[in-house]
Amino acid sequence: MKEKLVVIGNGMAGMRTVEELLKIAPDLYEITVFGEEPYGNYNRIMLSPVLAGEKTIDEIMLNDLQWYDDNNIKLEKGKKIVDIDRKARTVTADDGTTAEYDRLLIATGSKPFIIPLPGHDLPGVIAFRDIADVDKMLDAAQNKKNAIVIGGGLLGLEAANGLMQQGMNVKVVHIMDTLMERQLDEPAAKMLRKSLEERGMQFLMGAQTESIQGDGKVEKVCFKDGSSVDADIVVMAVGIRPNIELAEKVGIHCERGIVVNDTMQTFDPRVYSVGECVQHRNETYGLVAPLFEMGKVCANHLAQYGIGRYEGSVTSTKLKVTGIDLFSAGNFTGDENTESLVFQDAAQGVYRKLIVQDNKIKGTVMYGDTIDGTWYFDLMRDGTDITDFRSTILFGQAHLGDSGHGDDNRVVAMSDSAEICGCNGVCKGDIVNAITEKKLFTLDDVRAHTKASSSCGSCTALVEALIAHTVGGDYSVAPHLKPMCQCTEHTHDEIRKAIRDNELKSIPAAQKFLEWKTPDGCPKCRTAMNYYMVCQWPDLHSADDSQSRFINERAHANIQKDGTYSVIPRMWGGGTTPTELRAIADVADKFKVKTVHVTGGQRIGLYGLKKDELPVIWKDLNDAGMVSGHAYGKALRTVKTCVGKEWCRFGTQDSTHMGIELEKLSWGSWMPHKFKMAASGCPRNCAEATIKDFGVVCVDSGYELHVGGNGGIKVRATDFLCAVTTEEEVLEYSAAYMQLYREEAHYLERTAPWIERVGLTHIKDNIVDNAENRKALAERFIYSQKFMQDDPWEARAKGAEQHEFTAIKQLNA
Amino acid sequence: MSDWIEIGTLNDIPKLGARVVTAKENDIAVFRTAEDKIFAVKDECPHKQGPLSQGIVHGNKVACPLHDWKIQLDSGVAVAPDEGCTATYPIKMEGDKIMLSLVPNEGCPNN
Ligand code: SRM
Ligand SMILES: Cc1cc2nc3c(=O)[nH]c(=O)nc-3n(C[C@H](O)[C@H](O)[C@H](O)COP(=O)(O)OP(=O)(O)OC[C@H]3O[C@@H](n4cnc5c(N)ncnc54)[C@H](O)[C@@H]3O)c2cc1C
Ligand code: SF4
Ligand code: FES
Repeated sequence: MKEKLVVIGNGMAGMRTVEELLKIAPDLYEITVFGEEPYGNYNRIMLSPVLAGEKTIDEIMLNDLQWYDDNNIKLEKGKKIVDIDRKARTVTADDGTTAEYDRLLIATGSKPFIIPLPGHDLPGVIAFRDIADVDKMLDAAQNKKNAIVIGGGLLGLEAANGLMQQGMNVKVVHIMDTLMERQLDEPAAKMLRKSLEERGMQFLMGAQTESIQGDGKVEKVCFKDGSSVDADIVVMAVGIRPNIELAEKVGIHCERGIVVNDTMQTFDPRVYSVGECVQHRNETYGLVAPLFEMGKVCANHLAQYGIGRYEGSVTSTKLKVTGIDLFSAGNFTGDENTESLVFQDAAQGVYRKLIVQDNKIKGTVMYGDTIDGTWYFDLMRDGTDITDFRSTILFGQAHLGDSGHGDDNRVVAMSDSAEICGCNGVCKGDIVNAITEKKLFTLDDVRAHTKASSSCGSCTALVEALIAHTVGGDYSVAPHLKPMCQCTEHTHDEIRKAIRDNELKSIPAAQKFLEWKTPDGCPKCRTAMNYYMVCQWPDLHSADDSQSRFINERAHANIQKDGTYSVIPRMWGGGTTPTELRAIADVADKFKVKTVHVTGGQRIGLYGLKKDELPVIWKDLNDAGMVSGHAYGKALRTVKTCVGKEWCRFGTQDSTHMGIELEKLSWGSWMPHKFKMAASGCPRNCAEATIKDFGVVCVDSGYELHVGGNGGIKVRATDFLCAVTTEEEVLEYSAAYMQLYREEAHYLERTAPWIERVGLTHIKDNIVDNAENRKALAERFIYSQKFMQDDPWEARAKGAEQHEFTAIKQLNA
Repeated sequence: MSDWIEIGTLNDIPKLGARVVTAKENDIAVFRTAEDKIFAVKDECPHKQGPLSQGIVHGNKVACPLHDWKIQLDSGVAVAPDEGCTATYPIKMEGDKIMLSLVPNEGCPNN
């Protein structure tokens, strides 16, 4: 017999938990859901756009009745649970229906707070919480004129905006002097008020309501100072209170909310609780992102996996009034220990404030242009040191080299056929449809279903804006540092540390030690951990598991769209010889190579080769003295050079030689991501050294070293590291820099995002200002290279790993 | 019933790896999981015909090398939200020997 799960509350948190549970343990429970409201589960957040006439109720249903049927869930809709017998383990609804449970989930949400003013119970006083409330408001808008909204917070303003869109004359009554004081500072609040006033909303600020009066229905609202305003309806939007009535009545420990631990369990171990009704580590929440996080953890425990803890959330706020962009997160007022960075352009209606303490972001308020909100939020959550870009941070990430995408409003204005994701050809309409039809809430979901933003990622901001616009709210919130992948709770840094500190010398050993959730991981974690193993234990051959390498690195050639491979031999510093060129030409003839291409990395690529031919081709190239170019690897790729002093009339140093020396030093090294270098003979910079991971620009007095450039998806010019005078120094600094990157960056993080995450100061501290540390890093790099500089092609041409290149059986007859 | 063909032994395939059988119609990828289960699947991803034999094996799934779809080795069906399937072939073990039948299992129209 299946165990019985009863859920009280048919709202967003409760149903999200059930969905998560069905994903991981679809057959464990017989599930019964009680909901006081007479519908399936809907997206409460979208009540504001429904009120404003931008959406219909049908469009905001998340789980319709069919969904409950399809998943064998018994839905008792329109039934309110009035009692729980915790001994007998039964619940009873107001109509007498009872149900037994083995486990109980309470997700009763919260109740709108109604100020107990005289007259608060008159017909025409409405809260803003559910479909019934919206129906009442829409009904009033049909034939009534004056609406008073009490409360100038998020909900109040969204209600007021909606009623205004419905043609009512709306006054907002707010007890404080500024709007949304819990999310906005004064300047932002003023700008908000100004633009709402421009749209026709009226405000009574600092107003203390004394009573609501009328004969059998609302007629006017009276204030302490004796004044009054006419009203046909009064919307009370002054706050919410966790709905704990039922839990309290049956003796489950409550304070402000139902008290739960990190596994979402209440004081009764059979009873779990999620959503706005809970109090966790002394916090209660009123936004969905944290509730969804709770749901995920709770489902995991209901499924009896027992992994995962909810550790609280940092939240951010957006206002869903079309055409108004505001964003706020964290501590946005500051105190004596913080500083504020402010950018204000009143004419453009743009305001940005960052609260900073010890060069870390503690909070932000943005008005007008909020495209960088997610970026600031990430910096805040990750505790990134912003010293290096403090002076430009207020101009946003675009300033740091984003190829530049528009803001939320631009997304709204785009046509459905506008292409959002260039890599996968996904249009705006496809994304919006997927979000609404498949009920997607997070970036990860949208990536999985539409592939948008899953390749190069440069359209991520646009996709996030579309999600925010389509489902409302801000779903990009993740409460803590990101786990490496779905197989583990641990972060990249934690995993590396565990490998190092506990001498874990194989992927299975590390997975066992870190209690992996899946038997042998997934492509994401296996490839990452394999790199961490190779980097940590360079001299231990067995640490490298070829089955955990992506095919390109396993076969030492790059797979093409038709399943053939490419071969790109190394050309040191971009130089070649007639002998090499002849050997390449011979190979191209002999193997009928379809395409010979001069690559973007100053060498020659051969394309369209069959896998079983690779070892023979490599042998021919080896015989002419050439080795693998690692064009396929998360590894040292190319070192581009210009001809420099040897030929060029402007050349100051021998940049070609410098480049060749750098390549000889570093070839064969495995890295977190690909790594490219260049050496230019003078500041004219013909080798484009300032968009490389490590660039050398020769000058009369020596060599300028530049780091963290990227010419790819998101162009980033390098940061200047320092200047040195000799070739030996260039080599030592570059070795130290590469090793620091190898040891510290996350797998698949190129130097550009790595430096933006850890800060240039950190690099300088380690390499420029600390000679001893620099030497130690360089030595570790050189030690590791002893084992890496074996040409992988040569070994395979001589017969290593033959199984990789041959069929197990040929049945071509 | 179909004819069984011996294609090699368990040890010919690396754990969490694959080898290819070249057949007249199409290539067949033969996989070995961590638990030494063997599966045979047409070597073509339902997405854009990527060679599944070149992917990373994890659990009873393989990740296609071209665009990272995950294909279930027992059924040939793509892991949701991706949709599609690729043919699977009967396999049986005789001691250490791997026996393959070239008549695909029923179920996937994409034979
Ligand atoms: C072969 C080559 C194109 C060519 O024929 O010219 C090439 C081909 C590919 N590039 Fe590139 N890139 C090539 C030079 C470049 C350059 C130019 C350069 O190196 O100066 C860039 C911009 C510079 C940079 O990286 O900062 C470049 C930026 C990228 C990016 C974006 C990287 C980024 O961090 O933004 C990717 C995608 C990625 O790595 O995730 C990429 C990915 C790819 C991949 C590996 C895509 C893939 O996984 O299949 C292509 C492999 C084709 C193949 O089979 O070899 N390729 N790619 C060039 C090889 C150079 C070489 O000799 O090794
Ligand atoms: C107008 C509006 C706009 C919002 N905008 C945003 C936004 O932009 N971003 C954001 O993140 N959040 C927003 N929110 C908040 C968000 O909707 C809530 O945080 C979320 O819905 C809470 O989920 P829940 O499951 O805890 O509660 P609910 O969704 O309220 O679900 C609780 C359910 O339990 C039922 N119930 C209660 N007691 C019983 C009982 N005894 N028996 C049976 N059923 C019972 C209730 O009827 C209700 O249906 C908004 C809320 C509103 C009202
Ligand atoms: S070679 Fe580079 S730019 Fe060209 S299609 Fe491939 S990834 Fe894109
Ligand atoms: S071809 Fe397999 S994922 Fe695209």
